[in-house]
Amino acid sequence: MSTIAEKKEKVSVPFDYNKYLRPNKLPHIWCPGCGHGIVLKALLRAIDRAGLEKDNICMVSGIGCSSRTPGYVDFNTLHTLHGRAMAFATGVKLAKPELKVIVITGDGDALAIGGNHFIHACRRNIDMTVLVMTNSTYGMTGGQYSPTTPLDAIATTSRYGNIEPPFDACEMARASGATFVARGTAYHTIELERTIHDALVHKGTSIVDVIDACPTYFGRANKYKSATHMMELIEKDGTVNVKQAEKLPPEKLEGKVLRGVLHKVERPEYCEQYENLIMQKAAAKK
Amino acid sequence: MTQAVKKLPRIEINEKFCKGCSICVDFCPTDVLELRGPVVAVKNLEACTRCQLCDLRCPDFAIQVFD
Repeated sequence: MSTIAEKKEKVSVPFDYNKYLRPNKLPHIWCPGCGHGIVLKALLRAIDRAGLEKDNICMVSGIGCSSRTPGYVDFNTLHTLHGRAMAFATGVKLAKPELKVIVITGDGDALAIGGNHFIHACRRNIDMTVLVMTNSTYGMTGGQYSPTTPLDAIATTSRYGNIEPPFDACEMARASGATFVARGTAYHTIELERTIHDALVHKGTSIVDVIDACPTYFGRANKYKSATHMMELIEKDGTVNVKQAEKLPPEKLEGKVLRGVLHKVERPEYCEQYENLIMQKAAAKK
Repeated sequence: MTQAVKKLPRIEINEKFCKGCSICVDFCPTDVLELRGPVVAVKNLEACTRCQLCDLRCPDFAIQVFD
């Protein structure tokens, strides 16, 4: 006979990340406290939730700290040129439309060096999920300021403060024609998992801008005490969920960044359009 | 009838992966973990509520809580 204590006992098994990782490549190269690891974990949980097969996923990345991600995961992976990840991903998707293409890029990679590829992938609405890991710095090359570095922030190339206004990746994606635009943070990891899951199941270009912390360069230069301090100040206090924002007065939203699904529309997908066109022309020729 | 003994969770820490960023220590709501030298260690297992926040926010795949 089982006791009450045994009946109440709930079995919570932690998520098995090893199923999707290449264990011999770990530990990863990211610095202590880097948010990229947290984002990777959220992505793996979202992939599991979406029920995607490992062999049906192709992960493409450019160059940078975040772009090291495909090295650690056991999918079809492609580590390509700086900023050109989305161009390569477009090629992969057109050649093998049955694959689920996931692009991992950083803010400098996607918005500065690969700015044009970013805009045109959004415009075409080709079915891929793009994770832009926004840590407001170029971590791999020594902490130069990037297109998302806030005004007055210190970087190795702006020792007296940054005078360039930052980009909003979500606004740009939306204006360029992406059909799913969302933002998450590494701090709100369960919400991020849900957002990435929604992006993965959406058909069309899905852009998820993920705010995470670079404690080594951005944090040290801007006098943040630790990775936790950065996560609390930038990610927790600096953002507000889009649903909560509807109920808040405008003065409380000042200086806050919205997170959650910001834009979602349905539009014909590029590969389908391409396939349809070929079929039509082939039928007309007969 | 004897009172059932409270079952403690098992916290697995991979010391080879842990980089000592202290994210799990700072975010633990019941103060279960501490930094012991360069890696994290369990200080007070009885206080653990199995909330999994350490697992969710560990960037290094270094900590997991088993029931």
